[in-house]
Amino acid sequence: MGYNCVVLIKQVPDTKRITGDVMNDDGTVKRSALPAIFNPEDLNALELALQIKNAFGGHITVITMGLPAASAILRESLYRGADEAILITDRRCAASDTLATSYILSCAVKKLDYDIVLCGRQAIDGDTAQVGPQIAEKLGVTQITYVEALVGLEGQTITARRNIGNGWQQVRAALPVLLTITGDANEPRVAAAKKMMKYKKALAPIEVEQKIKAENPNADEADIKELVEHKCRQLEEKGFLIKQWDLDVVEADLSWCGQSGSPTKVHRIQSVVLATKETKDVEPNETAIADMIHELIDDKIIA
Amino acid sequence: MIEVNRKGEVWIFAEQHEGRLEDTPLELMSKARHLADTLGVPLAAVLLGDGVKGLTKKLFQHGADKVYVAEHPALRTYQTNSYAKVMYDLIHKHEPQIVLYGATVAGRDLAPRIASATKAGLTADCTDLQIGDHQTAKDKKVHKNLLFQIRPAFGGNIVATIINLDRWPQMATVREGVMPMPEPDKKRKGKIVEEKMTLAERDLPLEILEEHKRPKKVDLKAARIIVAGGAGVGSKDNFKLIWDLANCLGGAPAATRAAVDLGFIDHDHQVGQTGTTVRPSLYIAVGISGAIQHQAGMSQSQKIVAINSDPEAPIFNVAHYKICGDLNQVVPMMIKSIRSVSRIS
Repeated sequence: MGYNCVVLIKQVPDTKRITGDVMNDDGTVKRSALPAIFNPEDLNALELALQIKNAFGGHITVITMGLPAASAILRESLYRGADEAILITDRRCAASDTLATSYILSCAVKKLDYDIVLCGRQAIDGDTAQVGPQIAEKLGVTQITYVEALVGLEGQTITARRNIGNGWQQVRAALPVLLTITGDANEPRVAAAKKMMKYKKALAPIEVEQKIKAENPNADEADIKELVEHKCRQLEEKGFLIKQWDLDVVEADLSWCGQSGSPTKVHRIQSVVLATKETKDVEPNETAIADMIHELIDDKIIA
Repeated sequence: MIEVNRKGEVWIFAEQHEGRLEDTPLELMSKARHLADTLGVPLAAVLLGDGVKGLTKKLFQHGADKVYVAEHPALRTYQTNSYAKVMYDLIHKHEPQIVLYGATVAGRDLAPRIASATKAGLTADCTDLQIGDHQTAKDKKVHKNLLFQIRPAFGGNIVATIINLDRWPQMATVREGVMPMPEPDKKRKGKIVEEKMTLAERDLPLEILEEHKRPKKVDLKAARIIVAGGAGVGSKDNFKLIWDLANCLGGAPAATRAAVDLGFIDHDHQVGQTGTTVRPSLYIAVGISGAIQHQAGMSQSQKIVAINSDPEAPIFNVAHYKICGDLNQVVPMMIKSIRSVSRIS
């Protein structure tokens, strides 16, 4: 018994914490200065998967697609109780829009046994909320978006409550399903100290390689390769090797990946500069405020 | 996907629930009308439901030339697969060049499913749409009259213009409340095109057990005057100041995300990128620092008064009246001043 859950997560720049420190003088944002974090609603998705596992048993696989550094959030998932972590990293993924991203992730999910696929409702860097439904379509499974509570799970039937904007709706569907989870669904647990001690050593092969190259700047390629293989074997024996997949492993058709797989292109990017309007200074005293109120009445702003 | 089809129509998904049209497709009408006129093609609405033909009148009055009506008992209540299947079939039958959806919960649930099935592009949460040309960097080829899908990204810190060169239709969802609703022209008429649909059991995988709707506690979009409080207000008790000032102006109380997260007021009152976009005559920002996400939802206000104790608060950059001071003193002064004026008149 138990359910196989696949949780799809993303590492994102922390766009919510934009302070003066990360602003350029012209009012634009220094994107590189933003810390990279676990997309908040993806944590809610992981939490729901953990609750399912606690209640019914099963297995949780966490997948992210991104740069090698994204394996940080895979470790974060292991600290919280995920069983298995997979990093999809491949230069050919670059410039993928939501359609290409959903294609690649759906290829990866197809490699696994799954009953429930969970994603955050949306990622805070793009706020599109598109990748979840697009993966569901590509897997040919039922989607339940904007989930704010899991109501029940019995056999092959799931009941969930979803936010419909001006209220909520309770729906039932047969497994397998893909759920997108909102921030209201739960309070994500913090990392467990014991697991953190254990899994902080977990690395993906590409991280092992980066580390060994940094430690042995003068070694030749063959030596590096050998050292990497040795280290990866050691990690694997201890269960600390984060799986690393590329587009060949997931058997993706390259024409649907990256630039060529992305129908949307960027025509132009403009930084938002906070517009300075003509501002009148009003002293915080009764006379000045009364004058302002009168001006607003004269301008027919206040009736 | 469909091929580039220059004669293709401009479509709006006319979202309705229980026989009532959503505001967003109607708000979209004037912009879509402009796009269709620029391209010299008809503007059509696509209406799915059961017994909804009566709604076509309103769609014509707001600017549609044509309404495709797909009626079926299985379409009575929205669900992803049935609606996506009908839209997919209609898109392949009529090959529109542009398909627009409101970025409502249903729109954001439906549009990506259709985009994935048609393998076409989709841009989420646009705040503006234009027609323009794009030159590809590699071969210098000019693609004329594309849909410019303009949206904020990166938490509102950049504005991106997205295009879809050749994997059509060009599709976008458009944010609620960012486009003003056109005035209906009661005399305007159009053509109804009825579409026959076949739906199977597998198109309805969801069983909708229960639905609870609650009316919004406040209609910020309709408010002429908005008084909004931020984290700077300090406490839920102190938020009474915001309610008092709003009451004496006949305005609506509102808040930033930070104030909502702190529990000062309900989410229905939230203005900004993840709340409501407003454009009132007067916006009074109290104890609001002015994060870009908040400004995205209110900078279109006709007049902005900002009260903040920090002279460097970014909100002052968009304010017409800057009051640098303690809100606990300034707000009561404003209330007093407004009361004295209304007593005279």
